[in-house]
Amino acid sequence: MDKEVRFSDDALQLVNRITSRYPEGKQKSAILPVLHIAQAEFDGWLPVPVMDYVAGLLRMQTIEVYEVASFYSMFNLKPVGKCLIEVCHTGPCWLSGSDGLLSYIEKKIGIKPGETSPDGMFTLKTVECLASCGTAPMMQIGEKYHERLTDEKCGEILDACRENGERVTHWSVKRIQNDKA
Amino acid sequence: MSVKLLFEHLDKPGIRNLEGYRSHGGYQTLEKALRTLKPDDITGEVKKSGLRGRGGAGFPTGMKWGFLAKPEGVPRYLVCNADESEPGTFKDRYLMEHIPHLLIEGMAISSFALGAETSYIYIRGEMMYVYHILQAAIDEAYANNLLGSNIMGSGFSLDLHVHCGAGAYICGEETALLESLEGKRGNPRIKPPFPAVKGLWGCPTVVNNVETISAVVPIVRDGGDAYARIGIGRSTGTKLISASGHINNPGVYEIELGLPVEEFIYSEQWCGGITKGKKLKAVVAGGSSVPVLPAELILKTAAGEPRLMTYESLSDGGFETGTMLGSGGFIVMDEDTSIVKNLWNFTRFYHHESCGQCSPCREGTGWMEKVLHKILAGKGTRADIDLLWDIQKNIEGKTICPLGEAAAWPVAAAIRHFRAEFEELTSQITEPAGQV
Repeated sequence: MDKEVRFSDDALQLVNRITSRYPEGKQKSAILPVLHIAQAEFDGWLPVPVMDYVAGLLRMQTIEVYEVASFYSMFNLKPVGKCLIEVCHTGPCWLSGSDGLLSYIEKKIGIKPGETSPDGMFTLKTVECLASCGTAPMMQIGEKYHERLTDEKCGEILDACRENGERVTHWSVKRIQNDKA
Repeated sequence: MSVKLLFEHLDKPGIRNLEGYRSHGGYQTLEKALRTLKPDDITGEVKKSGLRGRGGAGFPTGMKWGFLAKPEGVPRYLVCNADESEPGTFKDRYLMEHIPHLLIEGMAISSFALGAETSYIYIRGEMMYVYHILQAAIDEAYANNLLGSNIMGSGFSLDLHVHCGAGAYICGEETALLESLEGKRGNPRIKPPFPAVKGLWGCPTVVNNVETISAVVPIVRDGGDAYARIGIGRSTGTKLISASGHINNPGVYEIELGLPVEEFIYSEQWCGGITKGKKLKAVVAGGSSVPVLPAELILKTAAGEPRLMTYESLSDGGFETGTMLGSGGFIVMDEDTSIVKNLWNFTRFYHHESCGQCSPCREGTGWMEKVLHKILAGKGTRADIDLLWDIQKNIEGKTICPLGEAAAWPVAAAIRHFRAEFEELTSQITEPAGQV
């Protein structure tokens, strides 16, 4: 890894604020939020040195962090593109055309689910029910739900992502800083 | 006229903010509770209301509260289950997104009733944008002495935190949720002990669904008896239904329990009928885990009575001819839908979401997915249908948590009601199944 494994000061402040939500000695409870922060800080995924760093922050064994990181589907254990496209393919979305949406995206950016485009811009992932069944088909990019998608609408969104060129993650340290409690 | 208790003011401008919420009576019930009621009075009202857990299990909420152990000097916790992940269910997301203060008021009243001074809302990690909405509402509540220390000068203090998950259906199971909240993998716990005795960090804990906690507000406002007069029999009050699939008006609806299923599907006020004028083939009435029913059995019971949106009517006939209200995730399928493919989709889901603790679920869900895949690929035999039946029987009741049943029931129901469809896809060979 090129980057030194250390959170930014803003992220560290956020970690402190989050751990204070749990009783004394129970800071391990913050592991899920802190791993979300880690992904926001380190290009959207969790390399082993980052997980080890998080273990140190929360005074956990490294194996405890690996166990958690490998259990939850939002944690990426491999590098991901700047824009992680998560397409829901569970029952209700399938009834409403998620297969078609998925093949449109596959054609448009030339990759299959689980793959990253050669330019590192997109990773395509199928995900299970995101509680958006009434507005299917849908995809999530970063924190945003894109719902009632047509090929055209989806194409515009992906074009905008490419044009923007910024990395998008589920969590944004800046955005959460605005919350008070 | 339909009764609205949770969504009465949903369409009012600014209802998402404190000012808008307050201008429609928001937080007056909390004030009433803190100033005029004792904690046990509130539990009493909830018991009288007949409110049943809206997450899917339908367990009486007042009774669950009544089980909470209250040892001296030990903190008690209220945890709101906002890990809404049951396929077909999106009501809690909708409620939190549009009227977050209702949940916060419900959390404050319920925490007061249970004697909890710190409470958590466990929201699924994917709903990060809803987290921000909830957190903004919580910040407003703190700033106005509706949360925090000495709320409205009552002497009652409450810290309310939102905790984000990270993608795991199983964390909707209450003990898996608690494990997750403690910073571990979401492996369900063996019960007993139940959370009411040993829950979060080993302390007495109540875990309730978003809709359940929100319903406490109108119950305390109007009284448990008034709530119990709404609905039919033991299905009291209103229920949020998430309607999806092949219908003209998908969305979240608050219905009075007792509404006829046929009216719900075909009335313009609700689902508005089947898309493109097609015929109804089947419905999964309570989230992907409940048995699928063919059109004739969802509209009428086996005895020919109109099927109603109640816990009792939907389960009339047991699993032979009935289903469950579950989470209210109402998934409608038209005449062109492949029941086998839909089942494969659901089974893949359960395989993906099995936590892996119990062999019958970990292995069985994968086997069912493979056998269904083989059938869909045209390589299945009649023996595979029996094999599927056999596998689901060997999962049901043999696991620590209900994910086993959740995976088994849809398979059993699809074979029970749509066997001919499986037979059409499989060759007549009745030899043992061979490689899948």
